[in-house]
Amino acid sequence: MSSEQEQESIRCLVAKVGLDGHDRGAHVIARAFRDAGFEVIYSGLHKAPEEIVQAAVQEDVDVLGISILSGAHDTLIPKIMDGLEEYGAKEDTLVLAGGVIPEEDREELYEEGVAAVFGPGTSVEETIDFVRENAPER
Amino acid sequence: MSADEDLLEDLLAGKHRALARVISKIENRGPGYRDLVSELYAHTGDADVIGITGSPGAGKSTLVDKLAETYRDRGETVGVIAIDPSSPFTGGAVLGDRIRMASTVGDMDVFVRSMSARGTLGGLSTATADAVKAMDAFGKDKIIIETVGAGQNEIDIVRTADTVAVLVPPGSGDEIQTLKAGILEIADVFVVNKADRDGADRTVQELRDMIQLDEGGGMSGGAGGGGHHSQEVIDAHDDWDPEDDVDEADADAERWTTPIVETVATRGNGVDDLIDEFANHRRYLVDSGEHAEQVRGRYAEEIRTLLREDVHAMLEDRLAAAGGVDDLAEAVRQGETDPYSIADDVLAPVEACLEDLEIDDR
Repeated sequence: MSSEQEQESIRCLVAKVGLDGHDRGAHVIARAFRDAGFEVIYSGLHKAPEEIVQAAVQEDVDVLGISILSGAHDTLIPKIMDGLEEYGAKEDTLVLAGGVIPEEDREELYEEGVAAVFGPGTSVEETIDFVRENAPER
Repeated sequence: MSADEDLLEDLLAGKHRALARVISKIENRGPGYRDLVSELYAHTGDADVIGITGSPGAGKSTLVDKLAETYRDRGETVGVIAIDPSSPFTGGAVLGDRIRMASTVGDMDVFVRSMSARGTLGGLSTATADAVKAMDAFGKDKIIIETVGAGQNEIDIVRTADTVAVLVPPGSGDEIQTLKAGILEIADVFVVNKADRDGADRTVQELRDMIQLDEGGGMSGGAGGGGHHSQEVIDAHDDWDPEDDVDEADADAERWTTPIVETVATRGNGVDDLIDEFANHRRYLVDSGEHAEQVRGRYAEEIRTLLREDVHAMLEDRLAAAGGVDDLAEAVRQGETDPYSIADDVLAPVEACLEDLEIDDR
């Protein structure tokens, strides 16, 4: 009936994966997403790829933002993408990467299914706009 | 619709993604969500539902993590629903409990789902109750609802649980706090977490005093409670007047003395004791017949909430038809009318319709 009011909200997992211990950037993004009206789940530090996959699947997030500063993006991100695929969650999850990711590595990440890479100096507005425009319709 | 049927089938088949999706539909109140939830009812009723609440920083998430780990060690599957507040301004939220669920990561049989308050009118407690049903239908043995004990809304949510544990950290205020109405009253079990800290003994003592006051001046010593051996009581007193006997047993069974469990969640101390108390309470509920009453009450509340939501939506439509609430509010501000008169005016045609219906029925 007409009374069913939809109350959709963009859900995001902000994830830190691997050994890097710096999460100020992740905190800034989490806060900015919150203020944009998104629901943000923060993974905490030092997570294994399978933990990130578990959280992304259970929380049914629209957006997975992976922050990585350690340089291990080329091994860890593909593992996450494979895990998402295993649960049938790769297709309709918008995966973003942020942190220190050299230009020459980006093409490979796009091929893995990462939708965008936001390097240092990206404004949070730009990231939020990108999420609003590209969050999957389900 | 058929997509939803597939989703339901996948959920019942134990596919995690389907469970996650169903909960999202419940949260979003997306098209068809009601049909989906109504299908779930036929598959529910097997899970024990435990509510955990207490002030921020009491150690709820850490305790939930240890509970989940212990249940898993015992071969049971666990669902966790973690409730966090959302911003009243933007609706945004940081849902942060998952971060402390460290012992069970990588184990998909612990299904953690974070929820925030979206919408109003008991929407969160409805969504929580429906999410519990999804997890129950999925086949979870234990479902833990974790919420910040900060208001009446939270009380509604933990009431969807069979057993409610309230965490009271040491040194949480003077004894008058324990006399106040609210969150402490809903406890089936008290947990003094961080029991290794200074002031824990005093907090335990204050709670004990409060429980004794509850019982009319400390009639019962508190140990054990009667509930779960009512049959033994009857059997043991065959020579008594049978009617007295039943009364005695009933009176005994009706009394649940809220136990106090001391835990140090970070080290897992006391978690087994707590799980034992949950089991005791469960047994008491079933033996005393209170469980049936509880479930009935919960369904009554669900029916009322659904009706209220529908009526509310219809009224919003009426309000829009009457020119929107802003103009009406402005009219009140200008002193032209008052909210009571407006409510009467807006509802008059609805009332007339209802009266017509009754006449038609005859």
